[in-house]
Amino acid sequence: MATAAPVVAIEGVSKRFANGTLAVRGVDLSIGQGEFVSLLGPSGCGKSTVLRMMAGLIQPSAGRITLTGTAAGDIGFVFQEPTLMPWGTTLKNVMLPLRLAGVARGEAEARAAAALASVGLAGFEKVYPRALSGGMKMRVSIARALVTKPRLLLMDEPFAALDEITRHRLNNDLLTLWSDERFTAIFVTHSVFESVYLSNRIVVMAARPGRVVEDLAVDAPYPRGEEFRTSAGYAAHCRDISHALSRAMAPT
Amino acid sequence: MTDVKLAADEGLIEANRDPTWLGLTSEGWIKILAPTIIGILALGAWEWAVRAYAIPPYILPGPLLVWNTLLADWGTLSTSLLITLQITFAALVAAAVLGLAIAILFAQSRAIELSLFPYAVILQVTPIVAVAPLIIIWVDDVRLVLLICAWIVAFFPILSNTTLGLNSADQNLTDLFRMYRASRWQVLMRLRLPTAMPYFLAGLRISGGLALIGAIVAEFVAGTGGRASGLAYRILEAGFNLRIPRMFAALVLISVTGIAIFAVMTLISHLALRHWHESAIKERR
Repeated sequence: MATAAPVVAIEGVSKRFANGTLAVRGVDLSIGQGEFVSLLGPSGCGKSTVLRMMAGLIQPSAGRITLTGTAAGDIGFVFQEPTLMPWGTTLKNVMLPLRLAGVARGEAEARAAAALASVGLAGFEKVYPRALSGGMKMRVSIARALVTKPRLLLMDEPFAALDEITRHRLNNDLLTLWSDERFTAIFVTHSVFESVYLSNRIVVMAARPGRVVEDLAVDAPYPRGEEFRTSAGYAAHCRDISHALSRAMAPT
Repeated sequence: MTDVKLAADEGLIEANRDPTWLGLTSEGWIKILAPTIIGILALGAWEWAVRAYAIPPYILPGPLLVWNTLLADWGTLSTSLLITLQITFAALVAAAVLGLAIAILFAQSRAIELSLFPYAVILQVTPIVAVAPLIIIWVDDVRLVLLICAWIVAFFPILSNTTLGLNSADQNLTDLFRMYRASRWQVLMRLRLPTAMPYFLAGLRISGGLALIGAIVAEFVAGTGGRASGLAYRILEAGFNLRIPRMFAALVLISVTGIAIFAVMTLISHLALRHWHESAIKERR
């Protein structure tokens, strides 16, 4: 775990929605530079709400969230759906964050093309999203999130809708990008296996009200590949995390 | 940097293409041929009935007589057609520009939309034949009267469709724009207007036909005379003079104009949306 000033500091954050639901209660979390953190929990545990509060899309009802580097483009966000503009080519979609920030068209095109190449989509610049498979759409979405070279990448169950094989490939490619570009990654998921495979730290959350119940390290070294998926260490971690999740879901 | 490589089977979704014959699929040919054959049969039956039962032309002229009248009276009819077309086109352009502009205004604030939209509805639901006499009293220029009436009829579908479209932007995309601190202008130009495009074009397609109807109906009410008359006046005039074949000829021109407007609007819509919108993509899965 990093020792420098945290990239994300969450202190006593609660969120009550307008309809009275207490989505998140008293969350404290400090995430350091370069970590890959998974927020794991059953549906309704507020993990997406915490992520959206980090992105500034929702304001907390109580507590404080501090991000280092809060300029637009310092944060990349990947939604559960690819969330692409259907009227634009993949290149136009990836250019969007740069164009919104006022980057000139030519430079934005070059940087977007490089981002597309980094997710394996070189040569697909002129293709419209509807012609892409689900996995490729998600790659475009990741390229768009990374095109501004953000310090923090927030992902909200990005691969939940993909088939197992595509999901494994994207997990591997995500780890490659993470080790190349050294951003801090926060990954919301309800999959124990995915969280163990990807992260060096797993924050287990429980529902009603949403809260953090465990904060566990996954000390396996990177790079992790297919051999990690079949290792005894991976199995042991999955077992531990599953137990933690069961405890979190048990009625108190 | 090690670029990620794409697996071979993670490819593009290929469009299924049916075999074509002279540039059209078998379904395309059926689409054209079937209605054509029905039309020819119906016209033949009509011509036969008129001759077999010796129906006088002032009751029901046969299609051949209508066609000949159309050719013989082309000078008068084409002048009227041009006038009707001008009014329809001007009304449609005005409806498109103002409909879009007011929809954008509505999209800026819910308060504006809520306070003004009911009046747009009132404008729409009041029958144009009932309003036209008032407009005739207020406005001297008959052409302008026709234009205003056609505009009133054509304006609402564009306004309501575009308003709906501007408010239909994807919630996650809207969040994304917010996260990148997009200005209102950027959200409008890059998100809301492109989202509204198919809605606007659907409205335009409806309004094209309505503008023609508005122009015709208003002329019936206004009842203008002289050289500067549209097709509706030619129908009235032919009715008074019992020149029924000419009435039919004018009617045919109106129908053909309506079909042409619809075809042009469909083409515009297809060209604008062909790359991305489901409605403009014809492949079968």
